[in-house]
Amino acid sequence: MTDPTTPADRILVQQADFDIAAEYQRLCEHNAADGAVVFFVGRVRDLNEGDPVFAMTLEHYPGMTEKALQQIVDDARQRWTLGRISVIHRFGELHPADQIVFVAVSSRHRDNAFEAARFIMDFLKSQAPFWKKERISNEHGSEERWVDAREHDHDALLRWNPKESG
Amino acid sequence: MIQILVFARLRDRLGDSVINLPLNSPARLAEIRAALQQQYPHHADELAAGKALFAVNQTLTHDDTAVATDKDEVALFPPMTGG
Repeated sequence: MTDPTTPADRILVQQADFDIAAEYQRLCEHNAADGAVVFFVGRVRDLNEGDPVFAMTLEHYPGMTEKALQQIVDDARQRWTLGRISVIHRFGELHPADQIVFVAVSSRHRDNAFEAARFIMDFLKSQAPFWKKERISNEHGSEERWVDAREHDHDALLRWNPKESG
Repeated sequence: MIQILVFARLRDRLGDSVINLPLNSPARLAEIRAALQQQYPHHADELAAGKALFAVNQTLTHDDTAVATDKDEVALFPPMTGG
């Protein structure tokens, strides 16, 4: 049964941290139809490309970001029968071990939730307008650098559609 | 006049978050890209297709033959690095 009082999609772009227990609760309340909940949390690492990272600033494109995330969620719903979906992505200055992104999917059985969560993360990495800048220390002292897009992140999309090269 | 919003590394390099180009409306994205490369010759490489992505009205557009008018919200930015 679907619960008319709880929107199926929860998409948030915010500076504030998120509470995983509260988010899990939100996916489950008045929802006995879904036997599976899968969630993923992305966090800031303290090392990138061999250099210690002290801080990371996430920039985004307000307006487009929410649209792009909604499109990814809509695409996931086209592929699988899913219950509730939550996508929360932070922006602003973050530090190692801070939470960056939360993706959660509920579905009747586990396969759809597992696949859809991975699909949403894979597309979010390179199709939603976020950019990371990190503050690192290296042989030159401390410096800021924009993080380059990884070939690996682009290749991850090919898993979902071998013909799609954009 | 076509207005371009610029984000992230590209904005830092070009030194502007909003660029007004003296192009007639509508303009093809390829013309916009070429005009930018002409205006910022030192950054022509970073403005090349594949390195700088267009969004028109907040939708990613990979097709440089698409057109934009002076009423559209046109944005240009480097490949995205979310998650």
